[in-house]
Amino acid sequence: MSYAIQAEGLVKSFKETTALAGVDLAARSGTVLGVLGPNGAGKTTAVRVLATLLRPDAGRALVGGHDVVREAGAVRALVGLTGQYAAVDEMLTGHENLLLIARLLGLPRREARARATRLLEEFRLADAGGRAAKTYSGGMRRRLDLAASLVGRPRVLFLDEPTTGLDPHSRNELWDIVRGLVGDGTTVLLTTQYLEEADQLADDIAVIDRGRVIAEGTPDGLKEQVGGQVLQVRPMAAQQLEKVHAMVSAVAGPATKTESGLVTAPVNDPELMPAVVRRLDEAGVRVSELTLRRSSLDEVFLSLTGHRAVEETTTDEDKTEALV
Amino acid sequence: MSTVTVTVDVTPAAKIRPWDGLQQTCTLAWRNLVQIKHNPMELMDLSVQPIMFVLLFTYVFGGQMAGSPDAYLQYALPGIIVQNALFATMNTAMGLNIDLTKGVLDRLRSLPIARSAPLMGRVVADLGKQLWSLLLMLGLGMLMGFDVDGGVPGVLGAAGLLLAFAVAMSWMTLLIGMLVSEPEKVMTFGFVLVMPLTFTSSAFVRADTMPGWLRAWADVNPVTRLADAVRGLMTGSGAVAGPVMWSLLWAAGIAVVFVPLVMRAYRARS
Repeated sequence: MSYAIQAEGLVKSFKETTALAGVDLAARSGTVLGVLGPNGAGKTTAVRVLATLLRPDAGRALVGGHDVVREAGAVRALVGLTGQYAAVDEMLTGHENLLLIARLLGLPRREARARATRLLEEFRLADAGGRAAKTYSGGMRRRLDLAASLVGRPRVLFLDEPTTGLDPHSRNELWDIVRGLVGDGTTVLLTTQYLEEADQLADDIAVIDRGRVIAEGTPDGLKEQVGGQVLQVRPMAAQQLEKVHAMVSAVAGPATKTESGLVTAPVNDPELMPAVVRRLDEAGVRVSELTLRRSSLDEVFLSLTGHRAVEETTTDEDKTEALV
Repeated sequence: MSTVTVTVDVTPAAKIRPWDGLQQTCTLAWRNLVQIKHNPMELMDLSVQPIMFVLLFTYVFGGQMAGSPDAYLQYALPGIIVQNALFATMNTAMGLNIDLTKGVLDRLRSLPIARSAPLMGRVVADLGKQLWSLLLMLGLGMLMGFDVDGGVPGVLGAAGLLLAFAVAMSWMTLLIGMLVSEPEKVMTFGFVLVMPLTFTSSAFVRADTMPGWLRAWADVNPVTRLADAVRGLMTGSGAVAGPVMWSLLWAAGIAVVFVPLVMRAYRARS
């Protein structure tokens, strides 16, 4: 199996903050590696190292077989980058933005124009191609940004939180584009705070928190790894909640939680379900909801890190990470 | 793979041929100039301030400064042109800072292009804008009665010298653009730097009318040399050789100090 991206022991610090504390990543050629983590986890820093924008303090990374530090030029010729902020020139038209990149990549004028036009069509921006990018909606900007990173037909594409701030429709559109690219053989490294996004797109996931990879595997594998399934019981009568909680925890263990009328417990053994049902029946508890489902990545994240994936507060550290 | 601390520089594979680098610089200069086509207001921005300064300085201060607006115009126009050129170098820094904060510079740096092309492209494009302002102010000044006794060679020499100095100066402002966190701060720095520098020079008044301590500074102020040189070349009067030589020396000195500093700050961003 060949790897398009291989990173080992990446370390990067900014003044007092350690953004990467020894990160290992590997993406198989032609697949999507999802790097999942909350704000400030080090995702952007990792992408910037791999895209040759940052030098790691320690560690080593190969992209397309080239060292990101010693063969930075060769790496740049292979990769495309779409950052957290749509990095398009707002004063230029969509067409000019793509033309600029094409010309910089050395395409002759006529070819550059044709490539820009075709990309605009592919990204449903043909009508807006002659308008300044500052008049674009958020979704259009992201599409233009993605188109710009594809001008050079990159073999490896870095997408740093490509759907942050997008409405569900634009997000689904972008997901389809990514699926199409991977279908054509592009390797994609995608960072995201959204568990659903990683679940939808990624073949493999690396969960990153505070500059370290704390778990990795396939989306399914990760869910199995942490509890696998979730048992949920909602009693008809709220005053029976405590009783139900006691019954479930007796079977499923101390991880049982009660939240807004719902008793939830991670379970590994499918046999637990009938056991819970028997007990409920014996005690004469009537339930309005009784389900056994796969744990969501959100729960996976919570059980791995002890905190939720999307944190509301944005610290100064994140801003530094984004700007440096 | 073992964990190693990497300090090695780029391999030959990553080197960009000088010709390609030049083309990339031109492409990026095009990028900075083509915006004017979509946003003609930008041309207004480049024009309003120069026109206003020429009119205000001449007609408001002229009478008291030199007895008549016309007499003062002969002295002040080259100074106003110099001041405007120095202010305009702030735009170079502004543009760079916007590219930095918006992530455009990241996109450019992730491309296999010459490292210096994004900076050089900006400097070259702003040279074009400088030329526009210069011609505008000179044209307006001539309409108002400025005598170009230096003739075509004098004007060409003055323009060349001014642009050379502006290029050197823009590396100083690029450093500001590289270091401050938001575009607005560039302008603050600009005012703090350029305002005092031009006002404590011979740009608007003769240095020998200033108090001794200020005059001592004005005499060594590079803006004095530049204003004297541009005035001398355009009007064909006064000493020219000395101020021109000193202006070029200052420009070279500024470049020698700030180009490496800017490039270092640019690389330190990685």
